[in-house]
Amino acid sequence: MTKETFTAEGGHGAVPVSDAPVEPAAASVRSDWPLYEVFLRGKRGLNHVHVGSLHAADPQMALHHARDLYTRRNEGVSIWVVAATDITASSPDEKDPFFAPAGDKVYRHPTFYEIPDDVPHI
Amino acid sequence: MTDEDEFAAYQSLGEDSDDHRWAFGTGFTDPLEGIDASVPDGVDAAALAAYCLMLGDDALIYSHRLQQWMTRLPELEEETALANIALDLLGQARMLLARAGQAEGAARPDGHGRAEDELAFFRDAHEFRNVRLVERLDADFAELTGRLLVFSAWRLALFGELARSRDQVLAAIAAKGVKELTYHRDYAAQWVVRLGDGTRLSHDKMQAALGVMAADPAKLRADVDAVLDTVLAAATLERPGAAPTGLVAGQAGRDGVHTEALGYVLAELQSVARAYPDATW
Repeated sequence: MTKETFTAEGGHGAVPVSDAPVEPAAASVRSDWPLYEVFLRGKRGLNHVHVGSLHAADPQMALHHARDLYTRRNEGVSIWVVAATDITASSPDEKDPFFAPAGDKVYRHPTFYEIPDDVPHI
Repeated sequence: MTDEDEFAAYQSLGEDSDDHRWAFGTGFTDPLEGIDASVPDGVDAAALAAYCLMLGDDALIYSHRLQQWMTRLPELEEETALANIALDLLGQARMLLARAGQAEGAARPDGHGRAEDELAFFRDAHEFRNVRLVERLDADFAELTGRLLVFSAWRLALFGELARSRDQVLAAIAAKGVKELTYHRDYAAQWVVRLGDGTRLSHDKMQAALGVMAADPAKLRADVDAVLDTVLAAATLERPGAAPTGLVAGQAGRDGVHTEALGYVLAELQSVARAYPDATW
């Protein structure tokens, strides 16, 4: 098991927190606003889906920005924003112990009966 | 579907719709769909035309001023926010100017009313009826947010009542606008509070921004006053005194008497349409 910790910062999976080049230097005053991850539920979607990330000074501003950036095409009816630093992500090094054991258990999928064409969201 | 309860997600799956395979980005509506566009009996068509022109000009000129902020804002996210707001106002301007043209036609014996583009691009400054508040070039971000707060608070209060207008088209335009303006006001209010109650520098800049606004704060309506007082109190800002831009021989923007700033707006706004009058794209 690795000692590194990971975050979802950047919005595209696990990013190491330590031993990574940080610009500007991590100790200096942060000139950029912190990053928030955005989750949207569409009109006909059942759950909130991660759609991207954005910068904002506080959660309320993040909600405003999410509305302006991610619902411009009439996509959403509900928005969640989460500070990227509050997300704990799984590490790529743990890929095998985490996910490989499920790889051969085909009986866990409901693939042995026919799904009618007009049933959505399976 | 307007009821948003915890089961709404499941309800929408059962709705009869031809686009139910799409979870995102469908269901666009035309705000004027199914509305009778004739001027109702008992409504003075010329007065309706003049009124729609005023409100349309406010939105058109202010939208252009907001668009001039594009590529100049401190963050990409703010840029999208202001672009959205400018686009909302441009949509209001299009519908209001189109309605002004229809009413103008109804008021004339030959039935000819000008089209929205004709009204937007081929009138000179003295024919515009916008308030002078919307003409000014913002000096900084504090002026941008302060002016947006005053403009949207006032326009929201007005549109809330216009939604019950006897003219069905104007009522529908106002009803759509109320939702947009509520967001604009919220956006502006948050920034005014953030800057006013922020650092000493941001407080001073915000206070200075309120002072230069070409609107007479004493002449706003009571419900707008209440909104502004609430926001400014939360932002630790003081309500400015008299407006720095006085009336000219008792006349102002609504009479076609504008500040110098409007000429610059129109020069840019109308240049392409006037250089290529028959152009389409």
